[in-house]
Amino acid sequence: MEPTSSMGFDYAAPAFGQEKIQLAHGGGGRLMHQLIDGLFSAILIDPDFGVEHDGAVFESHGTKMAFTTDSFVVHPLFFPGGDIGTLAVYGTVNDLAMCGACPLYLSAGFIIEEGFEIKYLRRIAQSMRAAADIASIKIVTGDTKVVDRGKGHGVFINTAGIGVVDHDLDIGPGSIEPGDVIILSGDIGRHGIAVMAEREGLSFESRISSDVAPLAEPVARLIESGAKVHCLRDLTRGGLATVLVELATSSGKGIQIEERNIPVCEEVKGACEILGLDPLYVANEGRFVTFVPANDSDTALEIMQSSQVESCVIGSVTDTRSGLVTIRTHLGTERMVDMLSGEQLPRIC
Amino acid sequence: MKFIDEFRDSRVAARYIREIEQIASQPWTIMEICGGQTHTIVRNGIDRLLPEQIRLLHGPGCPVCITPANLIDKAIEIALQRNVIFCSFGDMLRVPGSTTDLLLAKAAGADVRVVYSPLDSVSIALKNPKREVVFFGIGFETTAPAVAVALRRAKQLEIANYSVLPALALVPPAIETLLSAPACNINGFLAAGHVCTVMGYRDYEPIAESFGVPIVVTGFEPIDILQGIHMTIAQLEQGVAMVENQYSRAVRKNGNSEARKLMGEVFCTVDRDWRGLGRIKRSGLALSDAYAGFDVDNRFTLSHVSTEEKSPCISGLILQGRNKPYDCAAFGNLCTPQRPLGATMVSSEGACAAYYRYRRHECGVIRMAKEEA
Repeated sequence: MEPTSSMGFDYAAPAFGQEKIQLAHGGGGRLMHQLIDGLFSAILIDPDFGVEHDGAVFESHGTKMAFTTDSFVVHPLFFPGGDIGTLAVYGTVNDLAMCGACPLYLSAGFIIEEGFEIKYLRRIAQSMRAAADIASIKIVTGDTKVVDRGKGHGVFINTAGIGVVDHDLDIGPGSIEPGDVIILSGDIGRHGIAVMAEREGLSFESRISSDVAPLAEPVARLIESGAKVHCLRDLTRGGLATVLVELATSSGKGIQIEERNIPVCEEVKGACEILGLDPLYVANEGRFVTFVPANDSDTALEIMQSSQVESCVIGSVTDTRSGLVTIRTHLGTERMVDMLSGEQLPRIC
Repeated sequence: MKFIDEFRDSRVAARYIREIEQIASQPWTIMEICGGQTHTIVRNGIDRLLPEQIRLLHGPGCPVCITPANLIDKAIEIALQRNVIFCSFGDMLRVPGSTTDLLLAKAAGADVRVVYSPLDSVSIALKNPKREVVFFGIGFETTAPAVAVALRRAKQLEIANYSVLPALALVPPAIETLLSAPACNINGFLAAGHVCTVMGYRDYEPIAESFGVPIVVTGFEPIDILQGIHMTIAQLEQGVAMVENQYSRAVRKNGNSEARKLMGEVFCTVDRDWRGLGRIKRSGLALSDAYAGFDVDNRFTLSHVSTEEKSPCISGLILQGRNKPYDCAAFGNLCTPQRPLGATMVSSEGACAAYYRYRRHECGVIRMAKEEA
């Protein structure tokens, strides 16, 4: 039907011989996947490991471990609900949690711009410490670099984390099965809107806080409950829609979701209406989806609701229409859910 | 959410669909003008809830789609000049000119900034007195007053480093052009609610009368659109052709008189090229004599290269409602939002982009069914 798969990623060369990196290459959408799959993964990643999951899981000296890294360049550095430090800790903790691992140790690398005020650095370090305490992870090593004025945006942070996998579940896109139920851990879009509102100086009637939160504990309880968790994924850049398209593609299964079941709070809904954004694509930092077999879904839902009351079943996995995500609209019709090319841009009208 | 959820209620939608089924006695073709309405229709599958004999066509009402490639080339040429800060609404950045787009120009070193309001570009000019700040003044009647306010502010403050690339378009002349085409098969229109919030709907009355088509000023939510379709069909079934206002919660007959007055002061009407439709008389806004000093043409020396649209794109026919995106051989393969060939794929509000985003998985099935038929 089409030379490039309409359902999976578009691997073909991008338009106009784009030989330079654009911001959209980091936006979590199609362009970023092309860069990772076509360049980094092809050159760098060991063939025994895939890049379709949030971290690498491997066995070393008889222990199953998970290892992951993430870099943080958020602007503004401080926003309602958190700051770059909280994100740097929870982001990596959550990637480990999504591998089904119990997070143990974290490294922290700082790239600081000349002229950056030390009082802000102290504030960021303090919130990293507080976040690490809450998430029960230890920051054990680090690195500091300073770059010339104008060559950084205040501060960039990289964290890498290591954790142990203390169970026999094989959690990842490859374990997703037809019939699996998909549970979402809460309402979507808070982080993206909070950061955008702060960055652009937009003010809404009520202040929207980021949902940034550690997810290792709810995941641990989920695994302890005995529910056969097939896959976990936190919703970050690109939002719920991007994550589901990624998982449908890498698992080779179809995904069906219900629009009416997806919780979006009134404030986020309103902000998205004004800005012309779709909450399905807005970033989150404290939400995840769980894929479990239908007969475990009640158990899993109950556990998830005990930490986040708005957790709910949003859809299921099908064995037809491989790689395709569809959504049943409020009006009962069906449409496909696509991955965006780059970041969402606010509309003219 | 107040005033949103009410207009997405599935029970109310079902009621309107039943009523449309009851009153529609024959096939009717209705065009929604605005890209925002197209988006709502395709996203929610409203066209599929209607009886088969009611056909919806997607009109040329997306300001991004109808901006010709040579105007985008001009924007890029300005943006790439030294010392320029080029300000634009976000969704113009990905739209290709003849060889590149503003996002790629940004990656190549141009200082391109997304603004949410034209006034933001005036603030940027004030903060950067040694830089030339240019605003890409794109949009329909909806956006024109905001551009006018920015220009008035720049004039009041005597800002010497501020200019505008005017690219504003007017809807009624485009409707007349569509209706004047010999092959026109449009029985009724849903006019764009936001445009009429500013302009009112007096300008549509002579069109409805002389062409004998009902025009219903319509909002953007699913229930708005269903109600607008219902009102249009009711007129058609009664043999009436007049202007009605579905979007009465926002639109008054005379529109916003303050905004219109300001537009009259800042702009003048000119002929304008529409991507896909060609030149339409008196369908664009240029800066009036009093504001001509803020026109980029009086600030920059530009090459004025004109470019041809790429084939095999049929976006002209799609913008006229004569074809659907599936009818194009390039749809979804040669032409995608990442590599758009034409107007209707470039903007997220364009009909091809909406079909690509929401219905691409059905494209092969529909094409096969057509071929068999």
